[in-house]
Amino acid sequence: MSAVIDTHDHEHDHHHGPAKGFSRWLFTTNHKDIGTMYLIFSFTMFLLGGAMAMVIRSELFQPGLQIVEPEFFNQMTTMHGLIMVFGAVMPAFVGLANWMIPLMIGAPDMALPRMNNWSFWILPAAFAMLVSTLFMSGGAPNFGWTFYAPLSTTYGPPSTTFFIFAVHMMGISSIMGAINVIATILNLRAPGMTFMKMPLFVWTWLITAFLLIAVMPVLAGVVTMMLMDIHFGTSFFNAGGGGDPVLFQHVFWFFGHPEVYIMILPAFGAVSEIIPAFSRKRLFGYASMVYAVGAIALLSFVVWAHHMFTVGMPVAGQLFFMYCTMLIAVPTGVKVFNWVATMFRGALSFEAPMLFAVAFVILFTIGGFSGLMLAIAPADFQYHDTYFVVAHFHYVLVPGAIFGIFASAYYWLPKWTGHMYDETLGKTHFWMSFIGMNLAFFPMHFLGLAGMPRRIPDYALQFADFNMISSIGAFMFGATQLLFVYIVIKCVRGGEKAAAKPWDGAEGLEWTIPSPAPYHTFATPPEVK
Amino acid sequence: MRTKAMRVGLFTAALSLSQSALADWTVNMAPGVTNVSRDIYGLHMTILWICVAIGVVVFGVMFWSILAHRKSKGYKPANFHEHTWVEITWTIIPFAILVAMAIPATATLLDMYDTGEAEIDVKVTGYQWKWKYDYINEEFGYFSNLSTPKDEIYNRLEKNENYLLEVDNPLVLPVGKKVRFLMTANDVIHSWWVPALGVKKDAIPGFINETWAKIEEPGIYRGQCTELCGKDHGFMPVVVKAVPQEEYDAWVQEQIAMAEKERELASKDWSLDELMERGEQVYNTACAACHQADGSGTPPAFPALAGSPIVTEEINAHLDVVVNGVSGTAMQAFGQQLSEVDLAAVITYERNAWGNDTGDMVTPKEVLDYKNAQ
Repeated sequence: MSAVIDTHDHEHDHHHGPAKGFSRWLFTTNHKDIGTMYLIFSFTMFLLGGAMAMVIRSELFQPGLQIVEPEFFNQMTTMHGLIMVFGAVMPAFVGLANWMIPLMIGAPDMALPRMNNWSFWILPAAFAMLVSTLFMSGGAPNFGWTFYAPLSTTYGPPSTTFFIFAVHMMGISSIMGAINVIATILNLRAPGMTFMKMPLFVWTWLITAFLLIAVMPVLAGVVTMMLMDIHFGTSFFNAGGGGDPVLFQHVFWFFGHPEVYIMILPAFGAVSEIIPAFSRKRLFGYASMVYAVGAIALLSFVVWAHHMFTVGMPVAGQLFFMYCTMLIAVPTGVKVFNWVATMFRGALSFEAPMLFAVAFVILFTIGGFSGLMLAIAPADFQYHDTYFVVAHFHYVLVPGAIFGIFASAYYWLPKWTGHMYDETLGKTHFWMSFIGMNLAFFPMHFLGLAGMPRRIPDYALQFADFNMISSIGAFMFGATQLLFVYIVIKCVRGGEKAAAKPWDGAEGLEWTIPSPAPYHTFATPPEVK
Repeated sequence: MRTKAMRVGLFTAALSLSQSALADWTVNMAPGVTNVSRDIYGLHMTILWICVAIGVVVFGVMFWSILAHRKSKGYKPANFHEHTWVEITWTIIPFAILVAMAIPATATLLDMYDTGEAEIDVKVTGYQWKWKYDYINEEFGYFSNLSTPKDEIYNRLEKNENYLLEVDNPLVLPVGKKVRFLMTANDVIHSWWVPALGVKKDAIPGFINETWAKIEEPGIYRGQCTELCGKDHGFMPVVVKAVPQEEYDAWVQEQIAMAEKERELASKDWSLDELMERGEQVYNTACAACHQADGSGTPPAFPALAGSPIVTEEINAHLDVVVNGVSGTAMQAFGQQLSEVDLAAVITYERNAWGNDTGDMVTPKEVLDYKNAQ
């Protein structure tokens, strides 16, 4: 444990301190530096994707076309989805994994540090290419983040080819990141840390990494088939040439459904660390938590067609996918019950990480309920492709994935920076986000049930009021996120010194090292009893 | 200024939860007017109340902990962290609830898939961005386009009550008869949805999907396309007009007579002015969405027609593009969509409007000859 992570020049004393200037970040193989870069990158993308959401909500503020034309509106919905999924949520979790997994299992670094550097630096290139399509002739991709063929092939804009290449690069980055996580967890655990002693965040990431390796190649496959259809005269998805547009949806959702769990399982893990810490009580049902995550991951491979109930499947297929989807409610329910049982008869306190974690449990459960409703195939014929679906997946992604990330950020910020963040500002950030988010997304349930389709730039008059409320909530949520930038900068620059273990109920190896975490940790493996 | 005033007005309405002219606080699905839609509504309400009940129990326990078991109140944490029987119980109970829910859902689904013994067959074809309805037993069919004026969309005129949910030619169906819908599409995937009928089915190029409805009450039922299908996805509504049997029979006779009259028009002698007048109407419904009313297009996806060499030079090249479309682009083959009269009119219009002024006139007969020569 020599030099600590710190940008002050005079700190570069020992032989293995970070290099100076830009080359430190460009050539680094240090898991903490790479984790930091992933987190900064993902937050930048979060703001960019969020700005696009603001354009969408401004146009939908009232009926009629005011601000953008339908073509550009479609580009905004597409880019918002792609950037949030691939640029904000996924890299944020990889950043947390980079920072925390070695600290939690007592490893000196990730198992494959050079690949780690490479898997990060592919991302800015991939997103530079994706975002550059906005300035190309014909505009950015405009076919939704699900890019259904033939809208995205025969009818796609010229920039589709760049979109395909960007997706390929993101896929390579994700797969390398996942391989690294698996190699680290399987090989570098401290002596005595058996599988069933691993923190849940490590467990959920291990399972997530396997999901990534299983489905990212499928995504790469489907975009490659698109590329062939566009440029090389094949007809995978072109009915006119004997192809099958529905094949696209099957392949896409075989990737797409596990992808949903890739974006939520690490949040499950983080929340399973945070709730016990602020309840001052051990996690209830550790073993069943692990099995539940495993069960959810396995089931995620056999439910993909529930995104396609109206596509005209045979009734037997419809029933199979309905039953399997309903089944996912069982392990998900077990997890929620376990979190509540952990809080039950604990000694609770509500610092910012706990506030985000408790809101996660409540609001993710609401998203789970609407998910269960969507699983009922006959009812889905009314819900499908309406704002009810938009409400559902934003409830699992915003207070699910994103609140999970904020909870983790506040929980581990003292470890990363060596300072306590400003608790009052953190709580303000939480309450503004909580109110804004519910104001933005809860009315969408009503809009969907009343009959408003998704992905439309203009709507009938009966939807006007709830859309206006939703937009106001969205602006509030969006503006609040700038406060988080200020909180983090303030915390990096100074503040109350953080102890090695700033949370009295927290457990785990990461709290045995000083705050801020030294540049190199666990050069000698700790002993786990 | 008007927009701003309206915005302030709407904002006030939203805040005060008052019932202004636009205010509509519908929060739930409507039961609809078919057996299937009512079954769906029943399933929806059952699963909703199950979720509410589970939510009350789970969040109840949670809020009790949040309020009572606080460190600030000096509460000492308990020590338990697993309990086999509790864990088994809360795995089995949700499973049992799901089975109970799956049974009625399965029954409704099987009913929805029973498309046999229909009395009327309607083929529904999705186009960018309109619907075509073919009454296949009666041998007539027509397009159904959005009829909301652009001025309302761009806030230059006050929006009417059925803004964006109105069409020129609704789908007319009799009440009390089982109608089978055969869904397909001409270009990209669309989805035909009428909430009151409980019908939503994707219209996919190269596929024919089946679904059905038996409407019980006369009325006008409105819906929209629900699969992103490009630029004007939000502007292709569905309107179904359900009428009593006698009225329906009379309407069918009228349609058959009109189709016959349309065929006779092809042999009439047309003047340039007549073709221009008809051509402008056809252009505005079929072409203006992409190529714009003034022929300027939105390049590069939708090229300009004003001054375009295809429109001002060789007539046969112009015919080829309009009749056969351009493969690999959004330009559809209008040969099957428009009658010979409409094709002749729109081509004549394009060759003479917006300063193209070629003076060319294409007659329905020439279009027919061109089609036959292929």
